[in-house]
Amino acid sequence: MRRQIPIVVCFVFGIFMLVQFFVPQPIFTQGYQNVLDWMQIIFVFALLVGALSFLILHLEKISKRQKDWIYNFVALSGLTAMVFLGFWKGIQKDSPFLWVFDNLQVPMQSTMFSLLAFFVASAAYRGFRARNLEAAVLLLAGLLLILGRVPIGEMLSSKIPEAATWVLNVPSMAARRGILIGIGLGSIATSLRIIVGIERTYLGKG
Amino acid sequence: MNLKGNIRSLISIFVFFVSFSSTALAAEEVRWFDPQKTGLLIGILITIILVFGFILYVKKKGSLKIRSIPGLEAMDEAVGRATEMGKPILFSSGLGKMERVATMASMNILGSVAEKIAEYNTPLIIPNYDPMVTTVAQEVVKESFARTGHPESFKPENIYFVTQSQFGYVAAVDGIMLREKPATNLFLGTFEAESLILAETGNSIGALQIAGTDSTIQLSFFIVACDYTLIGEEFFAASGYLTKDPMILGSIKGQDFFKLIIGVIILAGGILSTLGYGYLINLLGK
Repeated sequence: MRRQIPIVVCFVFGIFMLVQFFVPQPIFTQGYQNVLDWMQIIFVFALLVGALSFLILHLEKISKRQKDWIYNFVALSGLTAMVFLGFWKGIQKDSPFLWVFDNLQVPMQSTMFSLLAFFVASAAYRGFRARNLEAAVLLLAGLLLILGRVPIGEMLSSKIPEAATWVLNVPSMAARRGILIGIGLGSIATSLRIIVGIERTYLGKG
Repeated sequence: MNLKGNIRSLISIFVFFVSFSSTALAAEEVRWFDPQKTGLLIGILITIILVFGFILYVKKKGSLKIRSIPGLEAMDEAVGRATEMGKPILFSSGLGKMERVATMASMNILGSVAEKIAEYNTPLIIPNYDPMVTTVAQEVVKESFARTGHPESFKPENIYFVTQSQFGYVAAVDGIMLREKPATNLFLGTFEAESLILAETGNSIGALQIAGTDSTIQLSFFIVACDYTLIGEEFFAASGYLTKDPMILGSIKGQDFFKLIIGVIILAGGILSTLGYGYLINLLGK
């Protein structure tokens, strides 16, 4: 029973979601909407579980003075401070909560995102080293695309932007579509395996 | 789940159907099929027939051989390397939630990887973006450890929820990599802009990295920064490849066969279109 019930639930809802996609009847549209509402409700409870496990994990590490416990303290302080500010003055405009969010959280996220520029440079350096024929072709295609996307490329020759567009629209698109077909078929096959219960590792059962 | 839990699940399904049917049955009569989705329906039906056809074929024949996938062949090496170095293995399923097929595929791979890890008693760290994925990952790893006869090695505190902020998650995982110095990083799941930041940080600490995702844009970043990358359907075939389950292998063979059919149709469409016959292209475009 412990194994069968979740598989039956998965099968019923899997088939329902598949059918509702093709059948534009209100009964299915309403059912789909109900499922989405349920997911929101389940998510809120899951988030509570997540927050609780976050608290327990960090408190345990702090109380045991484990290695690098100061980082756990910072994480817990952040969580506590935001909860306190949210309940104290709300989350509306000009509230301390929103001020902290706009002036601490957002800049920190932007900082992490901006690191991407440096990582792209280091990855491109490694990827574009012409060690063999394939890498040399990749380097040439990369250079062509860079030149084709900046004004100097157009100034050198009007053919460069055209060639860059061709590289993107023909060989690159062909490769991407090949991968996309594989991903699409893989997704359908995996979904089928899950719906009929062949694949059930996600239930904690092999 | 005990008997009470099972009954509760059945009642939930019943309530679900009653709640939506009562509100919708009174609605006006409309179409039973959306004709704009005919092509998609045919495609899905062919996939279903092929997948189940090959599953039945495998059931009769016993086993099937699928091509070697280097990224999955390296899984043993990845676990062995971490064990020899006495360092942990980091597993990330990225930003995906449980309803995504890529996350499901990621959990399926985690089950097989955790079995290998349990045998060597190597620490496995799984920081998560989604609380629901955290719970599933804990359950999957716990069962895998129990299945291999090492339930005592399971450490639930190593599988935890971090944050729902995309770059907050990246900062946390990067921090874990720099502090814990894992010997192996497994990035398998749904990844977005953070893929390269994670993979490059992993590269900087010298970790062996295996990645797989369903995003074609992020695949290019992983290919550059990781040692092995599971491309396209390889990612979804991983669980069958690792477990050698004949039923899963049969379904993989079915999807491969359909891919072959699509390839032939594309080739035929290209030739016919070049010769000035647009019939096939027009038919498939519907």
